[in-house]
Order: sequence, then C-alpha cells, then structure tokens
Amino acid sequence: MANQGVNRGRRRFLVAATSVVGGAGVAAVAAPFLASLQPSARAQAAGAPVEFDVSAVEPGQRVSVEWRGQPIWVVRRTEEMIAGLSEVTDRLRDPESEVESQQPEYAQNEHRSRNPEFLVVIGICTHLGCSPTYRPEIGDPEMGSDWQGGWLCGCHGSRFDLAGRVYRNMPAATNLVIPRHMYRTDTLLVIGEDEDGEAI
Amino acid sequence: MASNPDTKIQGGLLGWVDARFPLSQMWNEHLAQYYAPKNFNFWYFFGSLALLVLVIQIVSGIFLTMFYKPDAELAFASVEYIMRDVEWGWLIRYMHSTGASMFFVVVYLHMFRALLYGSYKKPRELIWIFGVLIYLVLMAEAFAGYLLPWGQMSYWGAQVIVNLFQTIPYIGPDLVTWIRGDFLLSDATLNRFFALHVIALPLVLIMLVAAHIIALHEVGSNNPDGINIKENKDENGIPKDGIPFHPYYSVKDLVGVGVFLMVFAVIMFFFPTGGGLFLKPDNMIPADPLVTPDLIPPVWYFTSMYSVLRSVPDPFLGVVAMGLAVVMLFFIPWLDRNPVLSMRYRSFAAKFNLAVFVVAFVILGWLGLQQATTEVSEMSLRFSTVYFAFFFLLWFLSKERSAVFSLIAFAVVVGIYTIYDILRFDPSDASLIMWSWLIPTVYLFVTMVAPAFARGLGRDRAVPERVTS
Repeated sequence: MANQGVNRGRRRFLVAATSVVGGAGVAAVAAPFLASLQPSARAQAAGAPVEFDVSAVEPGQRVSVEWRGQPIWVVRRTEEMIAGLSEVTDRLRDPESEVESQQPEYAQNEHRSRNPEFLVVIGICTHLGCSPTYRPEIGDPEMGSDWQGGWLCGCHGSRFDLAGRVYRNMPAATNLVIPRHMYRTDTLLVIGEDEDGEAI
Repeated sequence: MASNPDTKIQGGLLGWVDARFPLSQMWNEHLAQYYAPKNFNFWYFFGSLALLVLVIQIVSGIFLTMFYKPDAELAFASVEYIMRDVEWGWLIRYMHSTGASMFFVVVYLHMFRALLYGSYKKPRELIWIFGVLIYLVLMAEAFAGYLLPWGQMSYWGAQVIVNLFQTIPYIGPDLVTWIRGDFLLSDATLNRFFALHVIALPLVLIMLVAAHIIALHEVGSNNPDGINIKENKDENGIPKDGIPFHPYYSVKDLVGVGVFLMVFAVIMFFFPTGGGLFLKPDNMIPADPLVTPDLIPPVWYFTSMYSVLRSVPDPFLGVVAMGLAVVMLFFIPWLDRNPVLSMRYRSFAAKFNLAVFVVAFVILGWLGLQQATTEVSEMSLRFSTVYFAFFFLLWFLSKERSAVFSLIAFAVVVGIYTIYDILRFDPSDASLIMWSWLIPTVYLFVTMVAPAFARGLGRDRAVPERVTS
C-alpha cells in the first residue's frame, strides 16, 4: 500500500460502482417487503362465485347478496320502472353503456342486464366506494318530480338510475359495475361466473 | 448568567457524565442558555402544548396497545372490552381520542401563529417545512388510528380515503389493492394500518419533531414583532431582548399546560364524543362492508381538505385539488417575499388576506361535515377558490403593486373562475351561482384593487429596532 498520490479516477469509479451495487441491493431487499403488501394467496382464493334464487325477490324489491365482500344488488324491476329507464336517457352521462370496463358485453343494453326484469349490479359507488341508498319511488319528493327511481350516494351525492347508470355532472364519472353473472336455471342466478368461466 | 466554560472539569456524577456525553452542553444549548425573545405572547403556548399532547398520545397509546386486538373479528369487541372491563380503560381510551382532536386544535393554532408573525420567513423556512411535514404525518397517523376501532365510520371513512388513490389514472386500481392488501377493506388492511399507527408513523413523527426543534434552536425563535433579536446583542454576545428559555419560558409554559389540561379534562370527562365531532355515533356499530351509513363525514380536522375535494366534479382533479391544498403550504416561504415578518406591521390588505383565509378554512371545515347538496357544493367551490387565492395573494402582496398591474392581475384571476362559471352554468342554479360569485370577487377586490387606489390600505408600517413589550 503506497501512500503517495491518489488515483482520483479509480476512486471515483469505486465510489460509483459501490453505490450502484449497494443501490441494487437495497432495491432487491425492498422488493419482497413491498410485494408482501399484495393480497395474500388466501385473500385471492376467497373469491368463489355465489348462487342466488331470484324468484324470492318481490317486484320493486332490492336484495343485497354478498360476493367477494361486496354488496351485489339484485333488483326486480316493475313494468313502470323499466318504462322509466328510457325517460331519463338525455340526463345520463353514459346512457348506452359505452364504457366497456363497467359491464360484460351481455349487459351493454338499456336495462344493463340479461333479463330486463332483473338488474344485477355491484352496489359500490364508482366515485369513492360508498354504497348508495336505494330510492325506488318514482317522483320521490326529495329527489325531484322527474325522478324515475334509482340510487343516491349519501357520501358525495352521485345519482344513478334503475339500471345503475350515472346522471350527468355527478362526482361519479362512470356507471355502476355489472359483475359477470349468468342464470343456471330460469331463476337460479350465479354471480361471479358466466359462460366464459369465473370472473377474475 | 451561567456561562461557565469550565463545566467539563466539574467533579461528581455530572462531571463524569459530561466527560462522556454532552449533557450539560445540551441542557444549556436548548434550555438554560437558549435565549428566546422576551415578548412572547399567548400564541407561543402552542408549540410546547403540541409536545405535551404528543407525550399524552404516546403514553395512552402504549397502554391501549396492551388491550387492543388488531383483527377484523376481534377489534371492535376489544375496544368495547377496554371501555367496559379494563380498569380505567375508558379513561385511557378517551384520553387518546380527546388527545387526537386536541393535537389538531393545538397544531392548527400553532400554524396560525406562524402565519400571523411570519415565522416561516427567512431564516426559518426549514422549520416551516419540517412543521408541514409533521402536519402531513400527523394526518396519516390520525387516519390510520381512526380505522382501528373497526366501527362503521372507521370502515367507510377509510374506504372513501383509500379509494381516493383509485382515481389516479392507470395505476389507481392496482395501487388501491396494494394499499388494502385485499380486494376490499379487510383484516389485512386493519393489520397494516395498526403497524403504521403504533410504530412506523410515530417514529417518523418523533424524528421530525426533533428536526423541527433543532432547526428552531439553530436560528432562534421569532416573536410577535418579527424582529431578529440576534442583531442587538450586549457585550457578552447575549441578545438584549432575549431571556433564557429556562426558567423564564419553562415556567410560563407551565401556566399554559395547566390551563390546557383543564380544558382537556373537561372534554375527556364530560364531552368525550365532542357532540359527534370527535367520536361519531355510527362508530359504535361494528363495521359492515355491505351497508354504508347515510352520511360519512371525515373527522373534523380533515373536513376543510375534504370540502376542497368535493368542490371539484372530476374525481381525479378533486384529489389533485385536495393534495394541492396541503402541498401549497410548503411553498409559503417562497410565495410571500415581503420583508416584514409580523402582521403587526403589515398592511390592511395583508391582514385582511390572512383573516379571510382563516374564515374560509373554518367555513370549508363546516361544509365538509354537511350532506352534499347543491348549495353546499357551490359554497365549497367558492371558499376553495378563496383558499387557493390566499396563496396567490401572499405573493401579490409581497410589495406595492402599480394600479395597472393590480387591475390586470385582478381581471385575470376573476376571469379564470368566471369562465369556469360560464362553462358550468346551469339555469336552475342561476341565482346561487351569481350571488356566490361575489364571495371570491369581493375578497379579491379588497386585497388587490382597493390598495391600488387607496394606497394606505396596501402600505406596510415601519418595523421598530427593538421588541415592543
């Protein structure tokens, strides 16, 4: 080890190389910690489809079913309610359900369901995740005389019609999400599974 | 004055310690020989009170941790257990919940003091930055703690706040899943929030508080006159207007502590729920992921920021606005370039600006507790405009502006929100939009246009050489 002179070039190289290797080490150690915060295998496995018999739902009634810890609403719409869907079209943000992420293909219609009578929808506001309140009464005085029934989110005031379509100028920007679902028999609804297999 | 340079060769236990650890030196630097201005007033209580509340929170928190179970199945019941079965458990829990609210009361008053006397200005910019960081960490700490009782308000409040990140384009949904550790707010979320609340964030908080105080003691305290006392020293190098922190201010602060603890005790013993502001009735119901309470207001100390969020119709831009409402605080030392520190010697326009800011902050806080009706949203928008205009005004009032510049700047600022008003105009709310337009406009007129013509309104006064009382 000679004491005379310092090779600055070599010193700079060593400092840089050590920093790079050290930095890579820190990143490598950080990765498992950050990844540990992802949903665990158990949480991922807990998403099996659920079955529900819709014949028990009265006309105009809304029933909440739990699937993956979320409320899934099954609404049996009356004739009057179905007729109301076309009256609100010009006040909706996405009346044709053009945003593809919000429903499977078979629900991209005015009533947003497989069967016009039954609506199956995830009861979580697309704004910030509250569960909106069911306001089925047509012309509900609190909601305005032209109200055709639907939902009001108590958190930030978003309004949805009886097909889960959001009104214009609301905090929520998209329609409520329709989960993948199908009917195993005429009345036995399966949520979280359709002809293409289980929902992701 | 005990400026004995020979402390190091002192005998006895203290001498032994001092030879190995700078105990006397630290005592002197931070207390016995730390010279603070002699004219501190009421507003200077809140720094030491914040420290006191931090200690209360840590001590009561340690004891709560001994009984609480961070498990979605057990959490709610364990809090009930603390309240009913643990000896004095109710006292410890109410001390902690009252402490949370009092922490914010004290911190908000402490921040107002800084704005009032220009304590963020050179050379104290870093103290201010550390302070805003403390405020940020404190908000995170309070938010994480609020989830722990696992009641309805805990659950849905956290749901709304966590989902704020969902609005971030592209990465939002994955980011939220990562934060929750599940596809919904669940046990995994509760567990990690517990870890953050009891160890990660308190550690950061304590380190930031230390940095805040070290920076303060490096540059010296400001005072109600905003005069730098270090510019006027006697022959021993001691500021003429300074007195040693200990015993003078340590004793004065004890009086503040006494009064504060009386208020604290009254709340803790007689109004622990603060009329629903500190602890909400809905939180006495166990968390239910399938049912949302009718109204989910955040705890009072978040409601001003929450109103800013609600005033913007677009989800992502709302989150950006809310974030900006906090981040703007960091820039205050560089926005306000006026050399006069204290409001005592600032112009009417500057005083008015600060007063309106405080009023806007309080009104936004109240609005954040209300159901989102059209009127509430409109007022939130108007007072959010005022909130942000305050920061512009800090810059604008840095010096006297010419009449032409004042008018142009006024027209531009008013023009920005007027154009937005025209774009969003809705005939059914016409009168509401039109009259509420006056709120920011009158405020901007008084602070920008009036001083351009009545020059006295915008002129700062001369700052005296020495502190005044």
